[in-house]
Amino acid sequence: MSANAPTEKKKGKAVPRTAMPEQPASVRVTNFNEVTLGYTPEMALTEANRCIQCKKPLCVKGCPVEINIPGFIKKIVEGDLHESYKVLRETNSLPAVCGRVCPQETQCEGSCIMGKKGEPVAIGRLERFVADTFMASDACEQLTGTHACSLEHEGLKVACIGAGPSSLTVAGYLSSLGIKVHVYEALHELGGVLIYGIPEFRLPKEIVRKEIEAMKAQGVEFHTNWVGGKTITVQDLIDQGFNAVFIGVGAGLPKFLRVPGENLIGVFSANEYLTRVNLGRAYTFPAVDTPAYTGKNVAVFGAGNVAMDAARTAKRLGADRVMIVYRRSEKEMPARLEELHHAKDEGIELMCLNAPVELIGDEKGWLKTLTVQKMMLGEPDESGRCSPIACDGQFCDIPCDMAIIAVGTGSNPLMTNSTPGLELNKWGYITVNEDTGETSIPNVFAGGDIVTGAATVISAMGAGRRAAKEIARRLLG
Amino acid sequence: MPSRILKKRSLIPGQTSELVLDAPHIAAKAKPGNFVILRVSENGERIPLTIADTDKKAGTITIVYLVLGKTTAQLETLKEGDDILDLCGPLGKDTDIHKYDGPVICVGGGTGIAAMHHIAKGHHMAGNHVIAIIGARTKDLLLFEKELKRFCPEVLVSTDDGSYGHKGLVTEILEARLKADPTIGEVVAVGPVPMMAAVARTTKPFGVKTVVSLNSIMVDGIGMCGACRVSVGGKTQFACVDGPEFDGQLVDFKELSSRLSAFKAMEQISYEEFKKSHVCKCSH
Ligand SMILES: Cc1cc2nc3c(=O)[nH]c(=O)nc-3n(C[C@H](O)[C@H](O)[C@H](O)COP(=O)(O)OP(=O)(O)OC[C@H]3O[C@@H](n4cnc5c(N)ncnc54)[C@H](O)[C@@H]3O)c2cc1C
Ligand SMILES: Cc1cc2nc3c(=O)[nH]c(=O)nc-3n(C[C@H](O)[C@H](O)[C@H](O)COP(=O)(O)OP(=O)(O)OC[C@H]3O[C@@H](n4cnc5c(N)ncnc54)[C@H](O)[C@@H]3O)c2cc1C
Ligand code: SF4
Ligand code: FES
Repeated sequence: MSANAPTEKKKGKAVPRTAMPEQPASVRVTNFNEVTLGYTPEMALTEANRCIQCKKPLCVKGCPVEINIPGFIKKIVEGDLHESYKVLRETNSLPAVCGRVCPQETQCEGSCIMGKKGEPVAIGRLERFVADTFMASDACEQLTGTHACSLEHEGLKVACIGAGPSSLTVAGYLSSLGIKVHVYEALHELGGVLIYGIPEFRLPKEIVRKEIEAMKAQGVEFHTNWVGGKTITVQDLIDQGFNAVFIGVGAGLPKFLRVPGENLIGVFSANEYLTRVNLGRAYTFPAVDTPAYTGKNVAVFGAGNVAMDAARTAKRLGADRVMIVYRRSEKEMPARLEELHHAKDEGIELMCLNAPVELIGDEKGWLKTLTVQKMMLGEPDESGRCSPIACDGQFCDIPCDMAIIAVGTGSNPLMTNSTPGLELNKWGYITVNEDTGETSIPNVFAGGDIVTGAATVISAMGAGRRAAKEIARRLLG
Repeated sequence: MPSRILKKRSLIPGQTSELVLDAPHIAAKAKPGNFVILRVSENGERIPLTIADTDKKAGTITIVYLVLGKTTAQLETLKEGDDILDLCGPLGKDTDIHKYDGPVICVGGGTGIAAMHHIAKGHHMAGNHVIAIIGARTKDLLLFEKELKRFCPEVLVSTDDGSYGHKGLVTEILEARLKADPTIGEVVAVGPVPMMAAVARTTKPFGVKTVVSLNSIMVDGIGMCGACRVSVGGKTQFACVDGPEFDGQLVDFKELSSRLSAFKAMEQISYEEFKKSHVCKCSH
């Protein structure tokens, strides 16, 4: 550790971490605008100056794609944001997204030396600041000096199935090397969870669209409404002469609780609720045609990012009371720390150590009451978290007219079942070579949630990058 | 990808139309039992519609819809040469088609007749003797009789008011047939939920395999949201990927009916707003 403690340490220590400006909680629960407003140039400079430019930066080790963090921060200090953006883009194709949604507290910031005694450098906020500055101009132009990057390798083409962060990374990487990439997406919009899952107030869709526009300018061809395994199969793509195929279809199969009453009206998977609101933009209903249900007393089961997003969405759509019902305690909640804080500020109730046991409806099938059972924490399980134990006979009925199930997702078999010879693990996720991302079928690669199970944007991007590198190596030598 | 409307035919004026769509990539793959999800406008909702027929050579699919709410009303405003903004498919499992020794009875009610048409055709292609039983409230609301007659040796009709064919319900014809012919291989029913439930009740004593095609509310159509979930044999199934066809004896029709009403109030708002802003340009 001492090797990492250069002489300028004092300078960093004196200045507290720069707070992020945000919409006040009472205001933001009435709109879908982004909660955090972003640093001003002055704030960014102040924060960038807190970085002590470690010789052996721990933060970089904590970053799944090993962004040269001191490097991009140094460029902010020097006032060269263009260079700073270039450093980010060297290893991260979606910095404006990652700056907003990465769990920095367990990654780069969790490893930052400044955090050992005080507060870590706000790396994510700085990343967002730099990326946002450049979103305003044409990303492709900034990187290459031209509007469109010409195709250099006639005859080479790669297909991606799914248009989430893993596939987008493959597409961005390979197209910047002059390889033609075709992306096939089942839904009518591109971006995967970034579009249909993560709400507008946390990740404005405009940002995702701009990143995708930049890829189009780079020659990537997107085909929406094409369902892998239905409209087109891996074999079809191989037959059409694609040199490689990347499968990045995510882990979109919603899990249910298997408690009585789960099919009552008013009970939704988080996927359905968030898809209606985000993809269908139901928060502007009836200006759009997709409706979302608005409960008064809303229970959300689960405590990850998905649960927080669903709870905060329900609040914004007019719920009086929103409860996060979680089997464990607050300490075990898997959500990003910032999301948990924001949720609490917005008046979301945490109902920890409670598990739903039954949903009860009226004679017409509409949800009216939730029965929960008290839990206590037992020994840590294999995940290291304490496993919850039900307390005998301790039940409680709560008025509840809407329930959202956010207890995780499994692998969606639609694509994998239609691909003979594709090896899956016991949970139905695709098995790949750890180093290359290649599946059991030669030149067919996979990455992201369909390999790891529900994970993070950055790990999906990391997987995309790994596969893209290998594809490029094989195609270009 | 937008899809061009090549042909439009009004089947019941202002209420039901047939569209032939240019969609070679869907036509190439579509099998009986499959459906598409489409979106008509930038702010539109995704809705599922059954593929009523395909022409693989021409690269077209046929859909038939009943104007029920905003999206179908909007669809009805489109003309030949217009594009459908988003068209996604083919979705859902293919109909499980076998060759039977005895006849296969395909029952269709209302717009379900068109959806049933593709399934009946599939059974015909497999070499089955297909008996179609179709019903509507009244003669003018009957669809696809001619189309079915092209390959079904028997097309039996019922109308509620007796204006055409048997006066009464399709299940009455079905029951008589099941009684008369013990060799019936399978019964397929597509139509309103109460009709499908009645068909399942009718066939139960005869122990004949009964397949129903469920029309639960859908969002993505690829198994990612669970909006379409139905209880079949006490187990939750996703109609879009596990179905839409299921064993009629195992389906919880009561739950399905109730779930179909989940958004009724909001659908009404959409439709009213649409009608206000879109004064009907047709006959009146
Ligand atoms: C509500 C929510 C909030 C989240 N919050 C965070 C967060 O704050 N931070 C974070 O790091 N991670 C978060 N995650 C997780 C993160 O979004 C995912 O790990 C990541 O998006 C996975 O990327 P992917 O490329 O594997 O797949 P996805 O993003 O799931 O994209 C897959 C794409 O493939 C498409 N597809 C599926 N099947 C087919 C098919 N058969 N044919 C064609 N296309 C298909 C889908 O429509 C989708 O567009 C969140 C997830 C959710 C659901
Ligand atoms: C697999 C499947 C195949 C279908 N095939 C046909 C067909 O071939 N022809 C046809 O006319 N109809 C078909 N339907 C029903 C059709 O999807 C609905 O009538 C349509 O969505 C109505 O939309 P709307 O906006 O016009 O009316 P709305 O006002 O939105 O709704 C009217 C009624 O339609 C049902 N509905 C609404 N939204 C949906 C939705 N997203 N998914 C399913 N049902 C919904 C509800 O019961 C509602 O009460 C099918 C449904 C499914 C699930
Ligand atoms: S961000 Fe933290 S760990 Fe990384 S170089 Fe700066 S001070 Fe060191
Ligand atoms: S419509 Fe979403 S899972 Fe079936």
